[in-house]
Amino acid sequence: MNQPTAYRDAETVRRLAAAIERITTRSWSIMEVCGGQTHALIRHGLDGLLPSSLRMIHGPGCPVCVTPMAVIDQAIAVAGEPGVILCSFGDMLRVPGSRESLLAAKGRGADVRVVYSPLDAVRLAEDEPDRQVVFLAIGFETTAPANAMAVKLAAQRGLTNFTLLVSQVLVPPAIQAIMSDPATRVDAFLAAGHVASVTGTAGYPELARRHRVPIVITGFEPVDLMVGIHRAVTLLEAGRPEVANAYGRAVDAAGNRAAQAVLDEVFEVCDRCWRGVGLIPASGWQLSAAYAGYDAARRFSLTAAAAPEPAACRSGDVLRGLLRPTECPAFGRECTPQTPLGATMVSSEGACAAYFHAGR
Amino acid sequence: MCLAIPGRIASLHDDRGVRMGRVDFGGVVKEVCLAYVPEAGVGDYALVHVGFAIATIDPAEAEKTLATFAEIEQLDDQAAGPGSPPPSPIGPPP
Repeated sequence: MNQPTAYRDAETVRRLAAAIERITTRSWSIMEVCGGQTHALIRHGLDGLLPSSLRMIHGPGCPVCVTPMAVIDQAIAVAGEPGVILCSFGDMLRVPGSRESLLAAKGRGADVRVVYSPLDAVRLAEDEPDRQVVFLAIGFETTAPANAMAVKLAAQRGLTNFTLLVSQVLVPPAIQAIMSDPATRVDAFLAAGHVASVTGTAGYPELARRHRVPIVITGFEPVDLMVGIHRAVTLLEAGRPEVANAYGRAVDAAGNRAAQAVLDEVFEVCDRCWRGVGLIPASGWQLSAAYAGYDAARRFSLTAAAAPEPAACRSGDVLRGLLRPTECPAFGRECTPQTPLGATMVSSEGACAAYFHAGR
Repeated sequence: MCLAIPGRIASLHDDRGVRMGRVDFGGVVKEVCLAYVPEAGVGDYALVHVGFAIATIDPAEAEKTLATFAEIEQLDDQAAGPGSPPPSPIGPPP
């Protein structure tokens, strides 16, 4: 199986770019929702191969970027409690909170640890029964099954020293919010393939119909992205606001039923604030009543105080597709990955960091 | 964050009732939770995200995606007429 290389073949990508150019007769704006896709588009220079009448708009699908500043502040606060170990995915450590980042808190002596998987945090709780282990559970539908399983296993194993600080977000309500924003003009969406691996295509046909916008479920390799863009332009040119699956090898319409069963058990839908974007109704998950005892915000009585972003940071406009990173006056000057003003400059999937690392 | 890496399932084991496996990512082998891919066995390819397999890769569908661009080319070729020069927009037909 030499497919990973086949999906990165430069000649195939060039031929697909030529095919896209041949079928494009009008100006179209296509939003890739997922930050992983933004990263791949910019890193491989795929946007530069497209005809000038096609505009790729980068979406809000970077979980690190949209995690509210208040949640970072809560994570820092709980990490400062005696006996607490705060576990997080590595990308969250440099994200600015209202006063400092988790990395700075760690430097001041807080016990902040990077884990690769939520199961590592469960193991740590088993190994350290006298400590309270709090896992910062961020992410979209792709990450939610892992975070849900961590809580489920903690419950099964009778762990009383493991909790989650949950900031889970959902893709379809974000698409709905973007389409309802009069400032944004998006003609078609590339939907995140790995989100759909979990959820299936449910919810997308209704969105496509209601907003008359094609939605193409797309993978992450260069060839996948070009096939997804080709499919989106084909639907746009034909005036067909439909859902297409351009990532069949990893997505079927029903999604992952085993994961969905655990998600239904552990989480319930809630309203969520998205950093830079604002409140989106029914756009997140919180722990269900059955698992409320594993909620760190509850166990440690954490309150969420909203704090303003630095005035120079335009990451909200970047996340809503209104501004290209390089159009921000702070980009590459006072705001760099070493000294980020906003979260979009931190995560490798943030549009600002993707542009910076690609030397744009 | 939503990046998931394909790897080949090298072995299966059980950790206190949880389906686990060792997955080979081109030579780097990691322990992965396979609870969400109950159908997957040794030799199958799985997409792994933060230590969990979230999907198995359907080899027939994988071939299909790779065939898609060939189809796109074929359609374009048929539209242009293979090997023939593009028709001139002006003047009498040849």
